[in-house]
Amino acid sequence: MQTLRIAAVAAMLGFVALAPALAQEMEYPHQNWSFEGPFGTYDRASAQRGFQIYKEVCSNCHSMKQVYYRNLEGIGLSPDAVKAIAASVDVPTIGDDGQPAERKGLPSDHFKAPYPNDKAARAAQNGALPPDQSVIIKAREGGADYIYSLLLGYEAPPADVKMGDGMNYNKWFTGHQIAMAAPLTEGRVEYADGTKATLEQEARDVTTFLAFVANPEMEERKRMGVRVVLFLAFMTCVTYAVKRQIWSDVHH
Amino acid sequence: MVGLHKSEFQNPVINWIDTRLPLFTMMTKEYGVFPTPKNFNYFWNFGALAMINLMIMIATGIFLAMNYNASTAGAFDSVERIVRDVNYGWLLRYVHMNGASMFFIVVYIHMFRGMYYGSYKKPRELLWMIGVVILLLMMATAFMGYVLPWGQMSYWGATVITNLFSAIPVVGEYIVTLLWGGFSVDNPTLNRFFSLHYLMPFVITGVVFLHVVALHITGSNNPLGIEPKSEQDTLPFHPYYTIKDSVGMCVYLLVFAVLVFFVPDYLGHSDNYIQANPLVTPTHIVPEWYFLPFYAILRSVPSKLGGVLMMFGAIAVLFVLPWLDTSPVRSAKFRPIYRQLMYVFVVDVVVLGYVGGKPPSGMNVVIGQVCTAYYFLHFLVILPILGKMEKPLPLPESISNPVLTMGGGPLPGAALAKPMEKI
Ligand code: HEC
Ligand code: HEM
Repeated sequence: MQTLRIAAVAAMLGFVALAPALAQEMEYPHQNWSFEGPFGTYDRASAQRGFQIYKEVCSNCHSMKQVYYRNLEGIGLSPDAVKAIAASVDVPTIGDDGQPAERKGLPSDHFKAPYPNDKAARAAQNGALPPDQSVIIKAREGGADYIYSLLLGYEAPPADVKMGDGMNYNKWFTGHQIAMAAPLTEGRVEYADGTKATLEQEARDVTTFLAFVANPEMEERKRMGVRVVLFLAFMTCVTYAVKRQIWSDVHH
Repeated sequence: MVGLHKSEFQNPVINWIDTRLPLFTMMTKEYGVFPTPKNFNYFWNFGALAMINLMIMIATGIFLAMNYNASTAGAFDSVERIVRDVNYGWLLRYVHMNGASMFFIVVYIHMFRGMYYGSYKKPRELLWMIGVVILLLMMATAFMGYVLPWGQMSYWGATVITNLFSAIPVVGEYIVTLLWGGFSVDNPTLNRFFSLHYLMPFVITGVVFLHVVALHITGSNNPLGIEPKSEQDTLPFHPYYTIKDSVGMCVYLLVFAVLVFFVPDYLGHSDNYIQANPLVTPTHIVPEWYFLPFYAILRSVPSKLGGVLMMFGAIAVLFVLPWLDTSPVRSAKFRPIYRQLMYVFVVDVVVLGYVGGKPPSGMNVVIGQVCTAYYFLHFLVILPILGKMEKPLPLPESISNPVLTMGGGPLPGAALAKPMEKI
């Protein structure tokens, strides 16, 4: 009897707790991320290096259209630095004469996309569409661990695998054939802060940056969460004590 | 009954209003002094929690709607904009999104309580049936809400589920076209779903009102499943149950807060962060977790119409549950076999939920079919027969006189089937 009840409760809790994990098909090697856990924050230096990689490498193909230049203040860049970064791109506008023109970017502009539309992107990428990276961390099972593994997962294809035209073998990609060639290599960028640009370092940094752009509110959210949870825990205790007091005259 | 109400309130303003519109008297009667069985356990919190949850959904939903753009071109971006740029928009969205999950957790526990303690039995059959109506309305609301952010799962979930209606003979195709507002899930579909998603919670509010009215006619059931006999068996709702519900509310909010602030996307599906694309089908199309048991039942039948009938049948049996369960004893406490079968039933539903989230292949299909069969067996065969065969334990004489301490003669089970006597 008791065992049955425990089994039922355990099954239910287990289901709720593990449902997402059970639904997941693949396990990606877990990395330690600065943004994990209830007190996690973004490693500013890593995210800034990650932005450098996005800017110099990924942004040649991938858009990030939900993100504004002003969001970069969230990874610790100064307002002036952000202004300068925004000003370094030209954004299309309509001139005073009513003709298409260009102006310098502002912090309030969205990140400029490499291609004017999906068709142009496909045409330039051998028919494949580089997905927008604004929420790519949230849009893939495994999140940051997956992206990190993917960036390091390029290998020579096994002898028995016939690769499609322009395809690259990646052990973590579904179907193992990905249209994106390995975007990162040892020393692909020269870090402004002097960090040694190993392949792992690059993958870790750009993943941290991608995590930031997907959840720019995370630090505020968790800070508020800690306070809310502490408050509610306190209220639970107080309310329970009052309840005991009120019920003390009731005989069961 | 024409004429002014005799109000007992001292405050002149309240008295003036109450004399003309006895709202204050009503609130006092229904929530102040309302005689409530004194032996509730914490399972009796979940009705109040569901009510709070409904209010939270409406409050956050209205503010989301101010910033939401119901068009296929703009919906996905507008939801991202809410999270990124609207002040505390992330909070609104994550509360609303996880609020739907919390709502189903609360309501499923609420229903389990009803089944375990036999709260659906005479005279509370209609109360229970109104509850099933609320469940159906909630399901429709949540389904349409999930379509609104216009991610891949929104789009493909909507396509799969609306397509089910085409299995209905003769009018099926017509209904599907009507739901779509065209010939596929598209902009008109999104627009009507938004309109209905805004409307339905208010319909739910109306039905919840009926639910509460019906409850206050019959009074609450309780863990012993016997009616209160005297004033000794009850307590005024306030302060005893207002404070007990407050304890439950704090714990509920705590769980809710952990989801919202620390793992807001935990119960969601990553594919819904990819904008809807009619040309790319996701590898597995799965509904939200709270629909998975029903999804498993749907898929356990190879024929489309059969699956749809079974899925709706799974809820239809809940409707007639008061007549399927033939036992005169309400509470599982006094039904040793029923009590164990209740746990088996819970495990069955959980396993259904598990296979519902898995690709329909190999063992999953077989397990799904077995569990579906058991689900219906439980309601259609076991409950009717068990009620006749099971020997219930002796019932206590009254709520405040447990049979063991007072040694009073136990009532025969059938005596309980009498309509309750009001004190
Ligand atoms: C030369 C163009 C190009 C560059 C540079 C590039 N990518 Fe890609 N990327 C693509 C294409 C094309 C795809 C689509 C691949 C497919 O669907 O087969 C893609 C897909 C992806 C995906 C999605 C994989 C999946 O699970 O669907 C991720 C993540 C990604 N790229 C990350 C990056 C990162 C991080 C960088 C910068 C370090 C980068 N890419 C640089 C072209 C590029
Ligand atoms: C019974 C109550 C309700 C339930 C169960 C419910 C459920 C849902 C669900 C599951 C979503 C998708 C969440 C997501 O993935 O982002 C959603 C979205 C939405 N709902 Fe509701 N909802 C309810 C009430 C309301 C009300 C009353 C309104 C407005 C008046 C509303 C407005 C919206 C809007 C605008 C969205 C899209 C924004 C978003 O996706 O975050 N909802 N709802």
